[in-house]
Amino acid sequence: MRPKVSIKEIVRGLHSLVAGMRITLGQFFKPTVTVHYPHESLKMAPRFRGHIELVRDEKTGKPLCFACKLCEKACPSDCITVEGVKLEGEKRKSVSEYKLDFTKCSLCGSCVEACKSNAIRFSKDYNLATTSKEELIMDLFKRLEADQAKTGQPDTKDTREAGK
Amino acid sequence: MSASEVIPASDKPQETFVLNVGPQHPATHGVLRLKMTMDGEYVARAEPVCGYIHRMHEKMGENRTWAQFLPNTGRIDYLAAMAYNHAYVAAVERAAKIEVPPRAEYIRVITSELNRISSHLVWFGAFLLDLGGFTPLLYAFDDREKILDLLEAITGSRLTYCYYRFGGVCNDIDADFIRGVREFVAGMRPRLKMYHTLVTENVILRRRLVGIGYIGREMCRKYGATGPVIRGAGVAYDVRKVEPYSVYRDLNFDIPAFPEGDCMARYRVRMEEIEQSLRIIEQGLDKLPDGPVMGGNVPRVLKPPAGDCCFAVEAARGRFLVRIISDNKEIPYRVRLRTPCFCNLSLFEEASAGMMLPDALALLGSLDLVIPDIDR
Repeated sequence: MRPKVSIKEIVRGLHSLVAGMRITLGQFFKPTVTVHYPHESLKMAPRFRGHIELVRDEKTGKPLCFACKLCEKACPSDCITVEGVKLEGEKRKSVSEYKLDFTKCSLCGSCVEACKSNAIRFSKDYNLATTSKEELIMDLFKRLEADQAKTGQPDTKDTREAGK
Repeated sequence: MSASEVIPASDKPQETFVLNVGPQHPATHGVLRLKMTMDGEYVARAEPVCGYIHRMHEKMGENRTWAQFLPNTGRIDYLAAMAYNHAYVAAVERAAKIEVPPRAEYIRVITSELNRISSHLVWFGAFLLDLGGFTPLLYAFDDREKILDLLEAITGSRLTYCYYRFGGVCNDIDADFIRGVREFVAGMRPRLKMYHTLVTENVILRRRLVGIGYIGREMCRKYGATGPVIRGAGVAYDVRKVEPYSVYRDLNFDIPAFPEGDCMARYRVRMEEIEQSLRIIEQGLDKLPDGPVMGGNVPRVLKPPAGDCCFAVEAARGRFLVRIISDNKEIPYRVRLRTPCFCNLSLFEEASAGMMLPDALALLGSLDLVIPDIDR
């Protein structure tokens, strides 16, 4: 059984198809909005919530974290483990191990908010895909140290000390 | 073959067969499984099977502190995370009697409505994808991208925002955001007009949607369906009007309702809602007061007094209600989540009986289901 279609409806239907096609064709002459990702990428927003990283003290070059474990308590997914040691001649503890299990992290940002001394911040890293689980369990303290070695921290430290 | 074995056509046994749609099927948007008993091309019975992505959110709520449960709420309906955060945060605020400054309330409304638009745009794209039209998805995602960029700039995340806190929001919005939102609102209106020319008027779409998948108000009442489903049945039920929360009372907007009850009505409700959300955002920006974005009386260790509190919001898919029971501890005694998609799905079995398979999938798409919201 075929529904009866009036000529008016056919004309209206055809018109709707042509009108839609006009928009599609118009799109040809508009600039592309996509970015060819691996070759070019967009800048991350300043407030981008990536995984966390430790912040270094500008003056001493050491991490600001003193292992108070507030972030550990605030974390809903239980993915942070902080260990600190008390060094000779220092008032506060200093961090010796900061383990982040990124496989569990839900990127909620509670840890950064809980930190009273601004010792952790969000990293801008987003290419974190990996084939092994172990790579996502990272020690942020070691990472910071490795980073220090790579960027040649002693140089900057020297200039700072000279500036003082 | 002897003549006696020939079965006359009229005596053919009634044969049905079972067709599994999902749990991994492009037309079900996630891990929803439909066990369809088919009578030829017609659906005799469609039984939804859920539980594939059940994560025990309610139980998780009983095992972590009040603040720690907040990121979970955004994971229930990941497309409209703001509204879900809002419901939970406001329920706890009601229980613990935390004041929210007016600026934070306005920011909440603006971001929730932006999130609603982005959610409806995903639905728009995915629904038309179900019906076989691919290109509208790309247009919709172009616009959605602008919203996500705006929200990312202030919240730091693109999907599971976790932006609200007990007593306010965690970051203030800046002039860039306000300018960006105004630009978006101005740019979205012509885009909506373009969507109507490209899609709504299209004769093929009209043939697929008009008169298909009737859901009446009686059926909505029976199953507790809310959101665009009940508004598509002609009932202008919207939590923002029925039980106004936050600053919706001060804002001027309409609740679109279409009495036809078919897929087209639900389609038009959502398209109209995008427009109303744009209105709300504009008014919100105009009225945005100055001041702090976090209330002053938020205790460091939150222990709401013993009691029972409810808070309902209008999420993109309907009424989302959080009920919390506190026994004056750091950890909730019970967190109950009433999600709209579960109710909206439960009417599918009745509504789809006797429909042709492609029409049933059009009906399923028009319900706008988010599977984690069903299972939660």
